[in-house]
Amino acid sequence: MNSSKWMARLTCAARGATISGMDRRGARSSGLRMLAIGLGLTAALAGCVNVNAPAEPIVIELNVNIKQEVLYRLVDSAAENIQENPEIF
Amino acid sequence: MAKTRKFVRTAAAILLAAGALATTGLLVTAPASAEGRDPAYASARANGTIGEKMDGYLGLVGNASSSLKALVDDLNIRRKASYADRARAQGVTIEEFAFTQGCLLIARTTPGEKYQAPDGSWQTRGSGPARVDPRCPTAS
Repeated sequence: MNSSKWMARLTCAARGATISGMDRRGARSSGLRMLAIGLGLTAALAGCVNVNAPAEPIVIELNVNIKQEVLYRLVDSAAENIQENPEIF
Repeated sequence: MAKTRKFVRTAAAILLAAGALATTGLLVTAPASAEGRDPAYASARANGTIGEKMDGYLGLVGNASSSLKALVDDLNIRRKASYADRARAQGVTIEEFAFTQGCLLIARTTPGEKYQAPDGSWQTRGSGPARVDPRCPTAS
């Protein structure tokens, strides 16, 4: 037996990995086929990518849980804070 | 008669002058230049290397020296301590109080200073009002 067939027998114990299967030159072309299909899909889907920026300014959600109704009553305390600690503000 | 008139005139002049001084004293509360800020902090604010972030803390605009970074860290730690005390007193989270404080601080930036706009970018304060987050309550 030539050495390549020996290698095939020893390294691949999986079911589909028969010597004749791994010897098949077609193994490489099936890889190419997958690549072609992948490229084709990407090309088809490329039209779906939106590269335009949104019209309105983007608002970063600093903390989604901060609600406006809570904040209005903190204004006085915050103003007081500035008055009492002017050197850090 | 003449003496009384003169007295009244002098008294009126003094009262007017006192009144004018008092009004200017009241008007000067808002501008930030009157505070006891560290000179390094004040100059960094003026030339736009330190800016007000919308979360209520200071940020560095672009690259900064390590001493400036240390200064900003120190000020932010002290800010956070004040926020923690007040947030606890009001029964809100530190983030909520800090956010409100940030709204007020950005609104009181002087023209030329840097602040963070709602989209996260650094903006230079112009003569008009600063752009603040829609959730910001306005100072009454």
